[in-house]
Amino acid sequence: MLKDITIGQYFPGSSPLHRADPRVKIILTVMYIVGIFMAKNVWSFVFAVVFTAALVIISRIPAKTILRGMKPLIYVIAFTAIINIFWTKGEKPLVEWKFIHIYAEGLQFAALMIVRIIALLAGTGVVLTYTTSPIALTDGLERLLGPLKKIKIPVHEFSMMMTIALRFIPTLIEETDKIMSAQKARGASFDSGSLPQRAKALIPVMIPLFVSAFRRADDLAVAMECRCYRGDVGRTRMTELHMKPLDWILLAAFAAFIAVTVVINIFAPGFSI
Amino acid sequence: MNNEQKTPYISLRDVCFSYDTESGEKNEVLKNVSLDIYKGEFIAVLGRNGSGKSTLAKLLNMILVPDSGTITIGGHDITSPDMTEDDVYEVRRHIGMVFQNPDNQLVATVVEEDIAFGCENLGVEPSEIRRRVDEALETVNMTAFARHSPHQLSGGQKQRVAIAGIIAMLPDTIIFDESTAMLDPQGRDEVMQTIARLNRDMGITVMHITHNMNEAIMADRVIVIADCGVYLDGTPREVFSSVERLQSVGLDVPQVTDLIYRLKKNGVKGLDDALDPDEAAAQLLPLLAKTIPVKDAALGARKIPVS
Repeated sequence: MLKDITIGQYFPGSSPLHRADPRVKIILTVMYIVGIFMAKNVWSFVFAVVFTAALVIISRIPAKTILRGMKPLIYVIAFTAIINIFWTKGEKPLVEWKFIHIYAEGLQFAALMIVRIIALLAGTGVVLTYTTSPIALTDGLERLLGPLKKIKIPVHEFSMMMTIALRFIPTLIEETDKIMSAQKARGASFDSGSLPQRAKALIPVMIPLFVSAFRRADDLAVAMECRCYRGDVGRTRMTELHMKPLDWILLAAFAAFIAVTVVINIFAPGFSI
Repeated sequence: MNNEQKTPYISLRDVCFSYDTESGEKNEVLKNVSLDIYKGEFIAVLGRNGSGKSTLAKLLNMILVPDSGTITIGGHDITSPDMTEDDVYEVRRHIGMVFQNPDNQLVATVVEEDIAFGCENLGVEPSEIRRRVDEALETVNMTAFARHSPHQLSGGQKQRVAIAGIIAMLPDTIIFDESTAMLDPQGRDEVMQTIARLNRDMGITVMHITHNMNEAIMADRVIVIADCGVYLDGTPREVFSSVERLQSVGLDVPQVTDLIYRLKKNGVKGLDDALDPDEAAAQLLPLLAKTIPVKDAALGARKIPVS
């Protein structure tokens, strides 16, 4: 039952976005977010949507997968829309009833907000989370933040922690399954009773799991010492990341995205926020 | 082997080690242990749980430091106070160690990344790491699994990956601390074959800590740890011929050795000792032929698969 948990949203593939350097993809994500937030009027929003759609197509991630990923955020989107509809003041109200005033500007503003959130989710998804494996992401972050080591930020240690966590998630899930079966064999029941009862039933699962996790941590630490691990001191990496033409093209495309958005903001007419 | 003429590679002199117990007392595990290990040997270490086998192993690569006594490796005294941190890592590079639980020694989420881990820690050039990783994968027959994630592998495969991670560091000695104990028979077989190959083809000194007597007879030399020290030390034949002494410290001998031993004890004449089933059969069949009708003896002489 716990076997089918997937870590992150990584969707394996071989599209240009999959193949790009993880460091570049992290930068692209930041550029994309900046671009989306800079979009101010209707036309720059249209451009942002077109750009995002292009990214989705390039990534070859099924639109269905992306939409499914947005499901949990539907309330956030709805909440944002409602707030914007009721709280934005304009010139002439469309609806006036007791304390509720809805203005045309409010509706437009809410619509643009929804577009912005959806674009953000889809765009950052296809640039980073759907196309980058968690381990590549960790690796990319470590290398990108490498310079921060100079000001004593333990970048390497954080990335090592992440790697080990990712490595042990399947192992611990398997173990949880085993312990649950063992407790079931002794008469424990996990799916009946009230919520507090069910939570209480998990204690006999959590305790052995923690004990074994600590034991594993201890074993792993010794094994790592035996393999000469000494933190970041004098460490090299097998895979070196090199910027490929593809990475430069992507960077240029995203820079152009921001530039065009700014230009449209300045010159195009229409409703703006 | 004429070990007398060679200089030992690893040598322990009067090594003592004790753990502190919770009540503050000292629990002596090893007492005045002296032992010589020569390059290229395949040693099996036997002993009951808590006899100090693992402690002995951990002393050799400086995970533990002895209370007293000296340990020299390749002529360097690793117990001397002048050991720098770099020296410690140098020792660990030379003396690799593979542990019991295959899950708890793999660090990375991809097989080849894990094998590279040790080399990365040593600061080896990236292209050289790549070469060593490919070679190590080849040696343990795991090339096809290079991009797999460890949790997709069987116990025996994981353990082979752990071995590959060690051999990529180019050690001259590998200590296997009950590395076969958690495996199924097939995984055990895979790992034992890999260990034997490392010793035979690559000349790596192997110290294999085990509870399995059939694995112990694969070694050139068997060391039995009991009573805080080396209790027996010799070829498997020598060690397993002292059936009574082994049993007195709570250890078994291989089943066929036990069978022959008991037959001899009960007065059956003309028996030597035996380590494996074929050897035992060779001695027993002629005797059986004398005592039971020819037809049945022929039946018994048919090749019976014995594991």
